[in-house]
Amino acid sequence: MSDEYDNNKSYQAQSSEVMDGSTGSVNPDIDYVRPSEVGEQELYHPHSFIEKWVFCQDAKVIGVQYFLTAVFTGVVGLILSWLMRLQLGFPELAGFMTAEHYYQFVTMHGMIMVVYFLTALFLGGFGNYLIPLMVGARDMVFPYVNMLSFWMFFVAVAVLMASFFVPGGPTGAGWTLYPPQTILEGTPGAGMGILLMLISLSLFVIGFTMGGLNYMITILQARTRGMTLMRMPLTVWGIFTATVLAMLAFPALLVSAIMMTLDKVLQTSFFMPTILKAGEVLEYGGGSPILFQHLFWFFGHPEVYIVALPAFGIVSDLISVHARKNIFGYRMMVWAIVGIGALSFFVWAHHMYVSGMNPWFGFFFATTTLIIAVPTAMKVYNWILTLWRGNIRINVVMLWCLGFIVTFVNGGITGIFLGNVSVDVPLSDTYFVIAHFHMVMGIAPLMVIMGAVYHWFPLVAGKMLDEGLGKWHFWITFLGAYSIYFPMHYLGFIGVPRRYFEMYDSPYMTSAVGMNEFISIAAFIVGAAQFILIFNIIKTLKTGKKAEQNPWKANSLEWYTSTVPPEHGNFGDRLPVVHRWPYDFSVPGAKEDYIPQTTAPSEVIHTEVEKT
Amino acid sequence: MSEPKIDGFELKPGFKGMASDTASDQTMFKGVHWGKAMMWIFLLSDTFVFSCFLISYMKGRGSTPVEWPNPSEVFALEAFGVPVPLLLIALMTFVLITSSGTMAIAVKYGYEKNRKMCGWLLLATALGGLTFVGMQAYEWSKLIHEGVRPWANPFGAAQFGSFFFMITGFHGFHVSIGVIFLFIYTYKVFAGHYEKGKKGWFTKLKGDYVEIEILGLYWHFVDLVWVFIFAFFYLW
Repeated sequence: MSDEYDNNKSYQAQSSEVMDGSTGSVNPDIDYVRPSEVGEQELYHPHSFIEKWVFCQDAKVIGVQYFLTAVFTGVVGLILSWLMRLQLGFPELAGFMTAEHYYQFVTMHGMIMVVYFLTALFLGGFGNYLIPLMVGARDMVFPYVNMLSFWMFFVAVAVLMASFFVPGGPTGAGWTLYPPQTILEGTPGAGMGILLMLISLSLFVIGFTMGGLNYMITILQARTRGMTLMRMPLTVWGIFTATVLAMLAFPALLVSAIMMTLDKVLQTSFFMPTILKAGEVLEYGGGSPILFQHLFWFFGHPEVYIVALPAFGIVSDLISVHARKNIFGYRMMVWAIVGIGALSFFVWAHHMYVSGMNPWFGFFFATTTLIIAVPTAMKVYNWILTLWRGNIRINVVMLWCLGFIVTFVNGGITGIFLGNVSVDVPLSDTYFVIAHFHMVMGIAPLMVIMGAVYHWFPLVAGKMLDEGLGKWHFWITFLGAYSIYFPMHYLGFIGVPRRYFEMYDSPYMTSAVGMNEFISIAAFIVGAAQFILIFNIIKTLKTGKKAEQNPWKANSLEWYTSTVPPEHGNFGDRLPVVHRWPYDFSVPGAKEDYIPQTTAPSEVIHTEVEKT
Repeated sequence: MSEPKIDGFELKPGFKGMASDTASDQTMFKGVHWGKAMMWIFLLSDTFVFSCFLISYMKGRGSTPVEWPNPSEVFALEAFGVPVPLLLIALMTFVLITSSGTMAIAVKYGYEKNRKMCGWLLLATALGGLTFVGMQAYEWSKLIHEGVRPWANPFGAAQFGSFFFMITGFHGFHVSIGVIFLFIYTYKVFAGHYEKGKKGWFTKLKGDYVEIEILGLYWHFVDLVWVFIFAFFYLW
């Protein structure tokens, strides 16, 4: 056995001795951490304004760039949702909107929110900012590639936005882009719109691959001394697993985008069956539209967890810090994240129950889908058990976390309905589905984003966001989101189909009118409430209270940088050495209610701290 | 019992070693260069890209109502007046696999700091790749001449042309990118950039002969993918 192992043994013996209250001679070895394997990272420091703020190689600046670009697309998506709700609630006021416009808004809202907003925000924004800081690295391992990653994303967003201005407008095929109708005449944006969408998605995948390689290698190969995988904050675990998913799921999107581009441009028939149009047979024939659905959902389902897993990770950290208690079942949380990630590759066809699949297929995918509920429920219990008897601070961050748990449980339970084939078939393509996925992967991760913004803003900007405005923001958003999506479950049960421009004189229309108006009004208010955050940020940057070094008294490394906000290189002359996990809160016998990750065991020898 | 060590960390063999590496701090893959780890993970992702292509091909071939053309007729090449099935493909495969061999030796000489040999072998690899792309262009033009198009195919199912051009094109694109980088690195090696510690054109960071190995990983991968494409298109 190695020296390493023996050291551990002596350390364990010491700490158990200490717990007995003995103050025997302290073995100096208990603070031992192996020397550095990798050596110092060579960094390229910027020499000009452009290198510092535009084509910047510092992961923190790239993170903020990702964040701002993603928020911009998110605001576009929000405005599109307003327009949709205007049409659904008050069609008489939306005279300018045709059915084609409506489909285009539906499509662009979906694609923007899922891919360009949530994915980019969690992985590009939080990933870039937090990974190097949390694992104790100077920067991402390939800063240049990281910079390219952002600019590729930027171009992808630009191409996507350009599709609003081309003849025919953006594609209106629904965010799933199902062929054959996506590229056939008659679908809005079947000309340039869909082409730009496919190009933009391909660019996004390429850009993300560059970033994803950075996140993965930084986490696997560039941790600081003492930082084992099982001492990483759950935020890093969540982002890491989501990145792995993305690296394996985006290829399917890329391939389907390439094939559909060829179907569109070169008249190949990968996805196009024989089609009759106005009595005439089109050039297409012999392709398989179902193949596209499989490819798309092989990407699409892991995509849900690409959004959800970082949210799980971040919320775990926020709850632990603001409840002043270690996260309950850390290892279980890690394995749940990994398990959910692995399972997410075996459930994709539950999006295709109505495609006419073999019943045994549906049975298989329903089973795997419901199995995911097990690790997910474990996580929810652990969050609640972390709160249980914690020293909970009901501040804005905690409010968002509590909002997340409630919303997520809600969306998760409706997921159990939809995961069962026989229940899903009647509910398929109704507002129940809309309510489900907005709750579980729209509102819930968004709550985490908001909490994370309030939590880490002092680190990024060095100033504290206004708590009062934050509470207004939270309560309007939380209650408003429930006002929007709770009634939608009911709409789904009475059979109101999704993606319909108008309900005409259908029988459920008469009973749904009032509810649609109510939902629309709530949507306008919730959307407007998001600008409270933007106002809060601007106000804070101008006149906000200066933040102290570690305002939340957290343990993880990002709060222990040489300066706040951290500079290029993050940690000054010496990288931190890690001795423990980031969750040593309220340890009996400790002077403060938190023990930073950098605190050596010999400094807390009289406390009942566990070895992690 | 003495196992190799990295900074006091004992590298044990087998599952035990994997577990202790994973449980340790700093790095998971002990002694593995960042760039090398990155290339492996990129290749894993790229494997998924090609898998998606090939699975789509299988599905497309399986579900098309028109009969699939017979590969040994479509891909036959006339040599001395006799049509020989798969002749060109056999040559292409031979060239590409050989270039993988020269690449492997280039990596060895790189680590031995034998600048000249490394450079020449990289050049040979690049030329092998270029020959492959050239032969592929010839094959494409021959098929196009015979009337095969991405959207049509006189020998049977139109999807044959679609999948063939798309997948060999995507692979050929990979080879071409590799060839470009091989030429760039041939220049860098001959010019002695690694010995002089010259900084990269874009990254502004110093390089190392490990970059040759990283390039080699990519090149071997492109070869491996070709073996699968070969099997699925020409032998099935």
